[in-house]
Amino acid sequence: MAETVAAPEIRPLVPHLRIGATREEDYLFGSKCSTCGAMYAGPRLFCGKCSASGPFEEVKFGRDAEVHVFTIIHQATPYVKAPYVAAIVDLPEGVSINTNIEVDPKPENVKFGMKLKMYTEKASEDKEGNTYIAYRYRPA
Amino acid sequence: MREVAVIGVSMIKFGRYPDRDVSQLAAQAGHEALTDAGVEMKTIEALYSGNLYQTSGSGQRILQQLGQTGIPVVNVANACATGSTAFREAYFAIASGAYDIVMALGSEQMGKQGLLGSRGDPATSLEGRVGSYMMPAVFGMAGMEHSKQYGTQPEHFALASVKNHYHSTQNRLAQYQKESPLDEVMNGRMIAYPNTLLMCCPTGDGAAAAILCSMDKARQYTTQPIKVAASVLTSDPWTDRDLSLPDINTLTKNAAKIAYETAGIGPEDLSQVELHDCFATAELLHYENLGLCEEGMAGKHVASGAPWIGNKIPTKYQEDVAPFQDKTYKPKTTTVVNASGGLLSKGHPLGATGVANIAEIVWHLRGQAGARQVEGSKIGMAHVIGLCSACTLNVLQK
Ligand SMILES: [Zn+2]
Repeated sequence: MAETVAAPEIRPLVPHLRIGATREEDYLFGSKCSTCGAMYAGPRLFCGKCSASGPFEEVKFGRDAEVHVFTIIHQATPYVKAPYVAAIVDLPEGVSINTNIEVDPKPENVKFGMKLKMYTEKASEDKEGNTYIAYRYRPA
Repeated sequence: MREVAVIGVSMIKFGRYPDRDVSQLAAQAGHEALTDAGVEMKTIEALYSGNLYQTSGSGQRILQQLGQTGIPVVNVANACATGSTAFREAYFAIASGAYDIVMALGSEQMGKQGLLGSRGDPATSLEGRVGSYMMPAVFGMAGMEHSKQYGTQPEHFALASVKNHYHSTQNRLAQYQKESPLDEVMNGRMIAYPNTLLMCCPTGDGAAAAILCSMDKARQYTTQPIKVAASVLTSDPWTDRDLSLPDINTLTKNAAKIAYETAGIGPEDLSQVELHDCFATAELLHYENLGLCEEGMAGKHVASGAPWIGNKIPTKYQEDVAPFQDKTYKPKTTTVVNASGGLLSKGHPLGATGVANIAEIVWHLRGQAGARQVEGSKIGMAHVIGLCSACTLNVLQK
């Protein structure tokens, strides 16, 4: 039996990121509960807010966001370069997500409510050669 | 439901025990609690054993050291609230009438493994690539929410460390018993803004135990039974950002409401609280969550001296604290917070923490806390929070 070797793939690092043909076509998406209106990042089976089992409407998110809160991580996990800015950002579509903010990592460079734009880039590669794409934000 | 009393407690000194097995540490704590209560192992009808890393069999291994009497053993894991959840299970076992006398035990051996380790396969890990999910990030950002809303400065948070490290100097069971003035805390190595190294609790090994008994039988064993006036557990309800940033506030507020109603008291009746200061930022948030001060006033509250032993800033720190004080601020409560030195000094061996802070409250209510004794302590509360997310509150009354 001949072994088939799967061709390396380009994969999203998180379930709420959908990969396009180019990095410009990548986008974040969510699920809106049709019962209570709660918005979630990524796909959803049940609603944690109202317990409904859907249906959920898929919503494509734009690239805008603003800073809710942030911290500057100085002691990071071994494969990550520190310091860096980790944040919770609010999207105008009504959901909050975790992200890194690409900025010189000093407290004075990040403001609550600061406007941001999303972009995507390669974050890592696994042993089989698959590429993982992550999203980040930078000041708009 | 029957009234429940704590009749014996113990805590081994938190620290590092590379030459001891975790079940030996736990058995030591169990033995000391039995001695404190004047009870023999063969009298104990059930064991509730909290341990996070050994989710299976921790209690049975402890009994292999302490006495294999064949009693029911329930092993409990509930994040940082593991020990306090074991205590609550023990409480209900007595309150329901199922048993008359049981043991709650919390233990953990963390070795050098801290809260900063990596998660999973580095190739597919989100950590550091799509934000940060580790404790320092969560509690850094939780503090920043308070700064955003109320203008709280890093120094306000740092004062919780100054206070708790000051308190720890009188607690020989604390992992660290070293004072740290404000500039030393502020100038420490940054871990996750605004928390510096001295604003993060150390990890380590430890164990603590409590013997619980029905109130009607308690006086056979002790002249000072401590009543469990409320034992509350909540999980996090749905809030707007909870799935991205664990909301440590709402479930604590919910627990506080239940605890005060059940015990028939208000925050102003609390002589002292041991609360979950895993990071200095957390301590200030919980002043408000537990109603020890008004919303937004936590920075002013810690700087006022109210939560310090003796309800005032020690003379040697007055000059440092003055710029962060509001002379017009009137503290809502004079509840002393973390007389033990808190997790920031005492250490935080995950499963042991929730029982250890109950032991601390019991010692104060009995008047056995030595130089750190909160004078005339009558009612105390032990608070623990674990991500994501569990909150326990145990109200103890003389
Ligand atoms: Zn819903």
